[in-house]
Amino acid sequence: MMRLILAALALFAAPIVSQSVYAQQAMPPAPYAYVQLEDPALEAEAAALMETLRCLKCQSQSINDSDAPMAGDMRHQVRSRILAGESPAQIRSWLVERYGDYVSYEPEVSSTTWPLFAIPLLLLCVVGLVLLRRLGKRRSDGPVSGEAS
Amino acid sequence: MIAELGLAALWLSTALAVLQMVSGAMGMRDGANSPFAIYARPAAVVQAFLAVLAFFLLLYAFAVTDLSIKLVATNSHSAKPLIYKLTGTWGNHEGSMLLWVGVLALSGGLLAGMERRLPEKTMSATLAVQGFVALGFYAFLLLSSNPFERLPIPAVEGGGLNPLLQDIGLAIHPPTLYIGYVGLSVAFSLAMGALITRQVTPDFAKVLRPWVLGAWVFLTFGITAGSYWAYYELGWGGWWFWDPVENASLMPWLAATALLHSVSVLAARDALRTWTIMLGVLAFSMSMLGTFLVRSGVLTSVHAFAVDPERGSFILALLGLYIGGALVIFALRAGSISEGKRFTVTSREGALVFNNVMLSAILAIVLLGTLYPLLTEAFDVRVSVGPPYFNPAGAIFAIPMFVVMAIGPLLRWKDDKPARIQFELALLASVVIAVIALVAIFGDYSILAVLGLALSIALAIAALLPLRGRNIRRVPVATWGMICAHFGIAVALFGMASESAFTSEKLAAVAPGDTVEVAGWNIQMESVDPVAGPNWTAIEARILAARGDEEPTILAPQSRNFWSPPQPTSESALITRWDGQLYVVIGDQAGTDANGNNRWQLRVWWKPFVTFIWYGGLLVAFGGILSIAGRVRVDLKRRKAVEMGKERREDMDALAEGDAIDGKGGTGGNTSAAEPEPAE
Amino acid sequence: MRPIYLIPLALFLFFAGVAGYQLTQPKMQTIPSQMIEEPLPEFSLAPALENMPGASRSDFIGGEPRLLNIWASWCLPCIAEAPHLERLKEEGVEIIGIAVRDRPEAVADFLNRYGNPYTRVGADDISALMLEIGASGVPETYVIDAQGNIRYQHIGDVRANTVPLLLEQLENAR
Repeated sequence: MMRLILAALALFAAPIVSQSVYAQQAMPPAPYAYVQLEDPALEAEAAALMETLRCLKCQSQSINDSDAPMAGDMRHQVRSRILAGESPAQIRSWLVERYGDYVSYEPEVSSTTWPLFAIPLLLLCVVGLVLLRRLGKRRSDGPVSGEAS
Repeated sequence: MIAELGLAALWLSTALAVLQMVSGAMGMRDGANSPFAIYARPAAVVQAFLAVLAFFLLLYAFAVTDLSIKLVATNSHSAKPLIYKLTGTWGNHEGSMLLWVGVLALSGGLLAGMERRLPEKTMSATLAVQGFVALGFYAFLLLSSNPFERLPIPAVEGGGLNPLLQDIGLAIHPPTLYIGYVGLSVAFSLAMGALITRQVTPDFAKVLRPWVLGAWVFLTFGITAGSYWAYYELGWGGWWFWDPVENASLMPWLAATALLHSVSVLAARDALRTWTIMLGVLAFSMSMLGTFLVRSGVLTSVHAFAVDPERGSFILALLGLYIGGALVIFALRAGSISEGKRFTVTSREGALVFNNVMLSAILAIVLLGTLYPLLTEAFDVRVSVGPPYFNPAGAIFAIPMFVVMAIGPLLRWKDDKPARIQFELALLASVVIAVIALVAIFGDYSILAVLGLALSIALAIAALLPLRGRNIRRVPVATWGMICAHFGIAVALFGMASESAFTSEKLAAVAPGDTVEVAGWNIQMESVDPVAGPNWTAIEARILAARGDEEPTILAPQSRNFWSPPQPTSESALITRWDGQLYVVIGDQAGTDANGNNRWQLRVWWKPFVTFIWYGGLLVAFGGILSIAGRVRVDLKRRKAVEMGKERREDMDALAEGDAIDGKGGTGGNTSAAEPEPAE
Repeated sequence: MRPIYLIPLALFLFFAGVAGYQLTQPKMQTIPSQMIEEPLPEFSLAPALENMPGASRSDFIGGEPRLLNIWASWCLPCIAEAPHLERLKEEGVEIIGIAVRDRPEAVADFLNRYGNPYTRVGADDISALMLEIGASGVPETYVIDAQGNIRYQHIGDVRANTVPLLLEQLENAR
């Protein structure tokens, strides 16, 4: 996809990054980076959370879609914390405390993100108004106004 | 020599774009009286030839790996397979921009060469706008992104192409998408031409429609191909990420989809005039906006990205000129164009208006979510907007849209009584309720997935309902196009909902001989061996996959390491069945097991009906093709009929000299044919 | 002209304004930690190589402010920053290193080759400390005061002109 092309362009700009990614693979990944939790319910919880956490080293990918070592380490954190009984919301806020809203793909209403929620509501009102104006008039098949120039 | 020829062709095209613009402007002012107006059409046609020639010259330079050209030296490599040398032409900024410009000139040339139905003044204005747009992009290409730049000393070897791009997907996806993006420039120019000369008429809509449909077909196909490419190439089974760059391709599609429906209303019923013009401007604006977002780097992520701020400013200036200019003209002129004929809520137009508004709202949501991080970064705050935002926020508008989409085609134009289609309504409602109940009984799935499943099945039925009670053989081709496209949407929606609800995932570290199980599949790792390709080395797993007791299928996923540039990639292995796909990826080595055997990361997914997403996309695109074919056929018939009528009239004129037979129909083009529009 | 037709133009101008402003601004490529002015979280990391101690939170308590340097032998910018860390050490700054996803042999080899400015090197094999303090890449350098609070974050390699900046921040953290 186009994002692949972008990733490509990014790579030429940052050969250092790509090489270091390569070299890091010498280390074995964190225990839960590529291993699912035994309990399917807990794993489903973890997977749902991981899909909404941003891989900090990648180009618009969740940590659930990335081979970056840091994404693997974040998966390990999520899974081991879920296993230790933390709730997904707790883990998300733990990460947001450290990285800000950037780490979470699921914006929550805050002083910096409220327009993301206000504008769709506004849009809903506008859409309602437009539809009411265009379609609300019952049987208003009035005179056809011609081309006014 | 090749590079110089290409550059010369580009400069000549630029000069011709100026000629086209000036000549078109003259024609717009003075009509056919201006002796200068006749140059616009030939200028556009020759320009198309030259720009396409320039592109083919660059293609040739890549094919022979001419390392004296900077672009080739930085982006190609002599050891690459030929096909990837060729596709590498547009796997970089300058080359893809040349492709963009080539397509822009080609669509301008086609428009100038083929379109004879519009009033001459409107046509001149359209060509002037098209020339003006082309001029800006030539300037961008030549002044800040010259693809033919020479190196002072030829390079010894090229830098290579990103391995992710060394795939057949690059051959298909960008060119089709670009044809779609840039094809919309014709819609833009036509809309501006009609707006400037105040000719927003059903005839204009009929001229506009094939261009919109054509661009839309390419966009649909390009997005579908790109989604599948990302799906199998990135190695994690995702098919849509709501990434800014993906959104940049979705937004023009949404605008074009709205446009092609409103164009139909304008053509058939002479309503929605300003709305259609607005969408015409919006669709190409979204294409240009996407180009800006992708190339200026304002929205790219943590990756260091060699962004030339000059390029970003250049495109932003072009955006200001074209979008800003168009919107100023729109603001000045729109008031003088009346909204056209009226209709009621319960009519075909009513449903189309509803869905137009919904599509625009979805477009607004995508636009907001994509641009929002840009806004907050102005205040030094970084936020991420991703699927958990886009999915529900989009669904608020998409769900009512799908409901109305099911019903709309059943309604009559102008005014209809809901009671007439109560059987269909009851049928669809019961399907939705039944599916929701059924899925809810079987498991606990997300609301959106369940609604998606229910709506997709209802939509699939609804798409076929317009055929009820009609003689199948007499259904117009264009109507088949609509049925096919709507059915395709249902199929794609079903695939998306099913994938998100029912996917099974298994991650495991396995040694040769081990077996993992996922969703009824037994997957046995037989061996892992090193293999080598022309510009990569890899480890390849030999895996036997079997569902139930069937004969196992051999899969060979690879984990590749390319050496120029050095980068690892995952080559997934897929088994496609009618009811889904098995997706297998081999990762890194993961220590050893108890017996000292090496273990490897294995990722396996069973994705029920995931292929329906892309089958659906192809159906939608095919529906568009059918629709174009149908329109063209009707149009040709009509032209022939008009011509024959004309001949007959001339004969009669010759017979009855002087007798006044005022030609109500012989005046020009197809304006006379009062045949009702095929239903859409 | 009806004002409603000006809305698209107004929205576009707003976008163009923001985009134009952003083009003039240096692009935000880093993700700043939100842990500045927060206490360093509790942690204890095993030694990254045989002949040096590991690192834990208590190593930062008492005495002078210290630097916490996140690095790795596989990271190329870390080679570039090595001489500047050496200079900081010469200025009398205690630097505690955290080696990320690294092997002891590679760590030892790196320190032999490019110098060892550290008093302790902890091994963070699974980015646990990185995630705790909101670090998103390698290398990063943090100023930690004697009470164990994170006072300053420097993202990327330490360069010649970063040295005085870090010294100043260390002074502020006293």
